[in-house]
Amino acid sequence: MSKHRAMDESFEPERYELMAESAYQFNFELERRDFFKLLGGGLVLVFTLDAFASQESGRQGGESGRRQTGQSMPKEIGGWLQVAEDGSINVFTGKVEVGQNIRTSLAQAVAEELRMPIASVRLTMGDTDLTPFDMGTFGSRTTPTMAPQLRKAAAAARQVLIDLAAADLKVEPAALTVNDGKVIDSRSKQSIAFGKLTKGQKLLKVIPDNVSLTPATEWTIAGKSVPKVNGRDFVTGKHRYTSDLKLPGMLFGKVVRPVAFNASLGAVDIRDAERMPSVKIVRDGNFIGVAAPDAHTATLAADSIKAYWRSEQQPSGKELFDYLRKQATASQPSARGSIEEGLAKADKKLEQTYTVAYIAHAPLEPRAAVAQWEQGKLTVWTGTQRPFGVRAELAEAFRIPEDRVRVIVPDTGAGYGGKHTGEAAIEAARLAQAAGKPVKLVWTREEEFTWAYFRPAGVIDVSSGARDDGTITAFEFHNYNSGPSGIQHRYDIPNQKIVFHQSKSPLRQGSYRGLAATANHFARESHLDELARAVKMDPLQFRLKNLKDDRQSAVLNAAAKAFGWGKTKTGGSGHGISAGFEKGGYIATCAEVSVDRAAGKVRLVRVVEAFECGAIVNPDQLKNQIEGSIVMAIGGALFEAIDFDNGKIVNGKFSRYRVPRFSDVPTIEAVLVDRKDLPSAGAGETPIVGLAPAVGNAIFDATGIRLRSLPMAPNGLKI
Amino acid sequence: MQRISELHVNGTRHKIDAEADRSLLSVLRDDLDLTGSKYGCGEGQCGACTVLIDGQATRSCITRVGAAVGKRIATIESLEKTGRLHPLQEAFLEADAFQCAYCTSGMIMSGVALLSKNPNPDEQEIVRFMEGNICRCGTYPRIVTAIRKAAQSMKGGGR
Repeated sequence: MSKHRAMDESFEPERYELMAESAYQFNFELERRDFFKLLGGGLVLVFTLDAFASQESGRQGGESGRRQTGQSMPKEIGGWLQVAEDGSINVFTGKVEVGQNIRTSLAQAVAEELRMPIASVRLTMGDTDLTPFDMGTFGSRTTPTMAPQLRKAAAAARQVLIDLAAADLKVEPAALTVNDGKVIDSRSKQSIAFGKLTKGQKLLKVIPDNVSLTPATEWTIAGKSVPKVNGRDFVTGKHRYTSDLKLPGMLFGKVVRPVAFNASLGAVDIRDAERMPSVKIVRDGNFIGVAAPDAHTATLAADSIKAYWRSEQQPSGKELFDYLRKQATASQPSARGSIEEGLAKADKKLEQTYTVAYIAHAPLEPRAAVAQWEQGKLTVWTGTQRPFGVRAELAEAFRIPEDRVRVIVPDTGAGYGGKHTGEAAIEAARLAQAAGKPVKLVWTREEEFTWAYFRPAGVIDVSSGARDDGTITAFEFHNYNSGPSGIQHRYDIPNQKIVFHQSKSPLRQGSYRGLAATANHFARESHLDELARAVKMDPLQFRLKNLKDDRQSAVLNAAAKAFGWGKTKTGGSGHGISAGFEKGGYIATCAEVSVDRAAGKVRLVRVVEAFECGAIVNPDQLKNQIEGSIVMAIGGALFEAIDFDNGKIVNGKFSRYRVPRFSDVPTIEAVLVDRKDLPSAGAGETPIVGLAPAVGNAIFDATGIRLRSLPMAPNGLKI
Repeated sequence: MQRISELHVNGTRHKIDAEADRSLLSVLRDDLDLTGSKYGCGEGQCGACTVLIDGQATRSCITRVGAAVGKRIATIESLEKTGRLHPLQEAFLEADAFQCAYCTSGMIMSGVALLSKNPNPDEQEIVRFMEGNICRCGTYPRIVTAIRKAAQSMKGGGR
């Protein structure tokens, strides 16, 4: 057990996949004259150099400043929330809203502790000048870490408000209660509104360590299906995403893209673009882009530039899996017992290889940024999951201290782990700097498909053994490149070896909803299905027999019951099941497929997924996340794959890269297992990990064909 | 290059000055600041840019503005009337039929077009009609529910 933990810690699974390396380096040359002008003169520069030095020393690893440490959290209530004069509560968090509905769930947490209507709670999110530092919105950390933080601040604020009211009313604090934005003395029937007590002043009291929080069993606002707090702004089209923003005098930017990855810029002919009125052209290192008064002119100008790029031969999709194996480097095994001994005890042995393709996040809002320089201070609005990380990237690119950069993240058109980096922000800022005016830059869909990063591809080798009674005796698992998330499991296997091998990825890769847990669950849960079949045991019973974790067994049983596991099937249909554990949540998925063998068609008919993530914060939004995860997972399971050839993406548009649509959606039933006795875990990711193996196992059940590569049926089922 | 000087959007004649081959979407968003219609793909594959032209659901990203002259264009901004939401907007709120909601404008405009043709579509008809709209967050089942709900509430004289 201790070895498992050692591996988890040393590998920092989140970190591994976060390290999407820059596709191209922004080594801006920034003319020296501009540099001084930007900083607004010598006086500022002295200050700048000091800040620079401390920034450098505080940075680890350099890599776009992505490994920020030493950022302290506010200890006082006022750093997290303020009581406005009108009695409403302004909450500040560095987390961002990208569709996971945390603007709602965090408002619920605060409203709960302050016993006030949720409509009176407003969140300021992801603004580096206004909100406390935050690593980023990833890893399903908002619910387990940010919600308790805000809850504590709100509970502490409640106590301060009670104390203030007690002083005003000259009564004991214990005699007072809080309800509907007021502190109430039930004996004298007097009450004072929150806003009257604080008069808009910041609460400077330090949040006590021992502040008591309302237990889930007593929740009245949290735990309820509160609808999206600003839903009306979305159904009316009023909400302004980054790409909808408009500043006075704003220009539109366009970047001239390289012909292939890792290309360097050679000769450039900008004569045609130069002849276009009001077009600003910027060439800086490998960066070449334009800014123009309207998007149409910017596109025409960029298209008119003839750039010559040098690129070298690069690996292609068809050689991917061999390449990943050959390039494998670091590995850290976690092991117990002896695989040899375990195999010696086995009646049946299996050895199989599973693969997963690169896939694209394809958030419907492509990367976008609006950048503005004012008196040497840079402000960028952009849709990113890491506002503070992007601030660091900008500071590094423009060689200015972070306190002269502000990043603001409007609620964004999704991320799925794909918007951790600040490419569009840097590009817009570089163009705005040169033009001396604000610049908006919106990536095209093709740019998003090509110049963002991908979910890692991977190869997974699994070998195992089991006794005829269904006891797994040995389990060996090697993952090349895709990542270590979800590589550990809840089965009780005496002899096992689990290894993640880093490799050299031909494509730029990074985080993706659920990270490598999808790949690792696909390999493991497909393999266990194969092993169950080898010992002629029901796949559900086989799993239950090898589990000693009640929470895992509970979701399996819940899913199986709701699905009707073991009931008879109609011709051509098959049932599959999978179990999983990731990011503090337990999942079990049952799938029914219908296969038309003559036509080679697979149809996903029905999915039942049971999920347990501790105390449920918002049942309907949780169901929404489960349903959405299942739908998104269908793409990666059956047909999504990035096709690439010698440094170029071959299928980088929606007409060539198929994503799940209305007709792909099965009947979905989400079974919620509410554990009010357990802390709430995040729920935006884990429900995605179980679908692929459940579907693969169902296809096998229907056809006897075992599919071991994701996507499993990109062109239907070839039989 | 032919220039377009007037566009009939959301019941108002707007003076514009745009080259005829620009996309209707860019004119709506950049020139008229009607940013409810979204860019998602630029090739008519995702439906985020859907508007109604003479009542027909149309992909504004692949529609030349020149082709929309003299026609009645309706965007998401036109649905709320004197503070009252369209029944389909209400139904989206009720069903929580969105997550990031970037697709929502296009989904609602497509849904409105469907309901005007077919006031009581069954699930299959909804799926068939909406197939060109992508919700990457995967809220499709809720969108189907919302359209069905709106159909119910529009029975008997709703919009």
